[in-house]
Amino acid sequence: MKILVPVKRVVDYNVKVRVKADQSGVELANIKMSMNPFDEISVEEAIKLKEAGVATEIIAVSIGVTQCQETLRTALAMGADRAILVETSAEIQPLAVAKLLKAICEKESPQMVILGKQAIDDDSNQTGQMLAALLNWPQATFASKVTVTAGVAEVMREIDGGMETVEIKLPAIITTDLRLNTPRYATLPNIMKAKKKPMDVMTPEALGVDVTPRLKTLKVVEPPKRKGGVMVADVAALVDKLKNEAKVI
Amino acid sequence: MTILILAEHDSQQLKPGVTNAVAAAQKIGGEIHLLVAGNGCSGAASAAAQVAGVTKVLVVDAAHYAGGAPENLAPLMVGLASHYSHVLASASAYGKNVMPRVAALLDVAQISEIISVESPDTFVRPIYAGNAFATVQSTDAIKVITVRATGFDAVAATGGSAAIENIAAGVDTEQSKVLRQELSKSDRPELVAAKRIVSGGRGMGDGDKYRQLLEPLADKLGAALGASRAAVDAGFVPNDYQVGQTGKIVAPELYIAVGISGAIQHLAGMKDSKVIVAINKDPEAPIFQVADYGLVGDLFTLVPQLTAAI
Repeated sequence: MKILVPVKRVVDYNVKVRVKADQSGVELANIKMSMNPFDEISVEEAIKLKEAGVATEIIAVSIGVTQCQETLRTALAMGADRAILVETSAEIQPLAVAKLLKAICEKESPQMVILGKQAIDDDSNQTGQMLAALLNWPQATFASKVTVTAGVAEVMREIDGGMETVEIKLPAIITTDLRLNTPRYATLPNIMKAKKKPMDVMTPEALGVDVTPRLKTLKVVEPPKRKGGVMVADVAALVDKLKNEAKVI
Repeated sequence: MTILILAEHDSQQLKPGVTNAVAAAQKIGGEIHLLVAGNGCSGAASAAAQVAGVTKVLVVDAAHYAGGAPENLAPLMVGLASHYSHVLASASAYGKNVMPRVAALLDVAQISEIISVESPDTFVRPIYAGNAFATVQSTDAIKVITVRATGFDAVAATGGSAAIENIAAGVDTEQSKVLRQELSKSDRPELVAAKRIVSGGRGMGDGDKYRQLLEPLADKLGAALGASRAAVDAGFVPNDYQVGQTGKIVAPELYIAVGISGAIQHLAGMKDSKVIVAINKDPEAPIFQVADYGLVGDLFTLVPQLTAAI
C-alpha cells in the first residue's frame, strides 16, 4: 500500500523566536528552518512500515514556498520514495492544507496518511483531523504505537488519563505523538541518492483548491514576562516564603 | 448568539476543563448549551445541568458514543451546528481529537486553544510554544473553538438548573472502535485541575527515585504529580504525567519543579502557574528565570528536607 506523509517547513525547534516590532508576526528572515519534528516522526513511521513489508511506496508532500523542496529532500533522504510540492507563497491555513491533501489523496489513492499531530509554529493540531473529515476516513490521533494487519490499523493513542488503543479500518489517517519512534538521521549516501528521487511540483490552482485564509491575524505580540524571582538559601527560607509571602501552603 | 459546548465526561462526572470552556463562552456572550454524548451518561448529564450559566443540556445516549469516536461525534455536532454561532470544547485530548473534524465538515476554520476572548469573532491564542500570542479574527459564520483551560477561571460546577433535552442519536459509522484503555490510577488530583503540582525531571535519576522523593512531598501537599518530557522519555513515569507544550498545560497555585532544567517546551506548559518553585543543582538552569523561588542544591537532600518541613 501507498503511504502519504505531509511534511511542513517550520522554524527550527532550537530557535528562540522573536516577535516583529510591527506586530505582524514573528521574525523569519535568516532563521534556520527545519522539518516539523512531529513530521519527522511520521516519515520514520512510514519507513518502518515499508521495512516491515506493509507499505510499498512512501510519498512525501509539502505545501509552501520553493524552499520546501529542502524539507522534501530530507524526507527523501530518510527513505521516502518520491515527493510532491504544492508550491505557493500564500498563507496556507490548516483547512486549506487539508483540502490540498485531499486533492492529492484523490489522485494518489494512498491507504494511509501519517501526519504530525501539530506543527511547532502555529501549534494548531488540526490538519490530520480535518483531512480525515474531508475524506470521510477514520482517524487515530496522537499515536504512540501503530500495528497494521489486513486492512486494519491498531493504534495506541496518548490520551489525557493514559493510553487508549483503537482499531480503525483502512484507508485511515494517523497523527503522530512524541513517543511513536525516534526518527533516523539521513546518511550521506542517502542524501546523495535523494537528489535523484522524483519530485513533482504543482500549484493550489491546478489542484482546484481555494486556499483563502479564514482567520485574519490582527497582531502578534510577546507574551507577558514573569517577574524575576528570588533565590533562597535553604529549605527553611523557602518554606517561610511559601507560607508567609506567597501564602500558598 | 447561542453557544454549544461539547462536554467531556466519564459518564458520571464532567471532566475538568468543561467549566473553563463555559467561562470562555460567557465572555463571548449569549445562551450556553452543553452537549453530553455517551453511553449511560445520565449522571454526567445531571452534572452538566448544574453548571452555572448553562441554560440547556443536550443529551445523546447510545452505545456508539461510548468511546467518544470523532467519526460518530463530528457528524452529530454538524447536524446541531446550524442552530449555533459558536461551537466550543476544552482543548483536552478529547476536544482536540473531535473539533477539527467538526470544523472541516462545516467548511470553517478552527481557532485552537484560545486563552482570551476579545470579541465574539476575535480571540487570542498562543503560537510557537507560547513564545508569541496571536490575536486572530474569524471570518466564518460558525466559530469552532477549543479553549485552553488555564486561560479562563472555571465557572461554578453547581448552582445552575438547566433543562435536559434528549436528542436522537446519529448513525454509527463503524469506522473505528476502542479496544481498550489503560488509565493511570491515582488518588491524587487530576494534573490539569490540581491546585498544587510537584513535577520531576531528568535530574530525578530514575523512576524509583522519582517515586521515593516526590510522592511523599505530593502526599503532604495534596498535590498532583507531573514530569518533564525528559523524565517521561526516560521512562520514569507514564506519558500522561507530561507537562509542556505537547503534554498538559497547567496553571496551579503552586508548581514545584524538581530536577527540571526548564526547556522552552516545558515552560510553555507551566509558566502561567501562580507561584513557581525550582529546585535544581545547576544555578544556570533556565527554570530559575521563571521561578518565583529558586533553591540551588542537591535535590536528593533538599526534597526530603522540604517534605519534612511542611
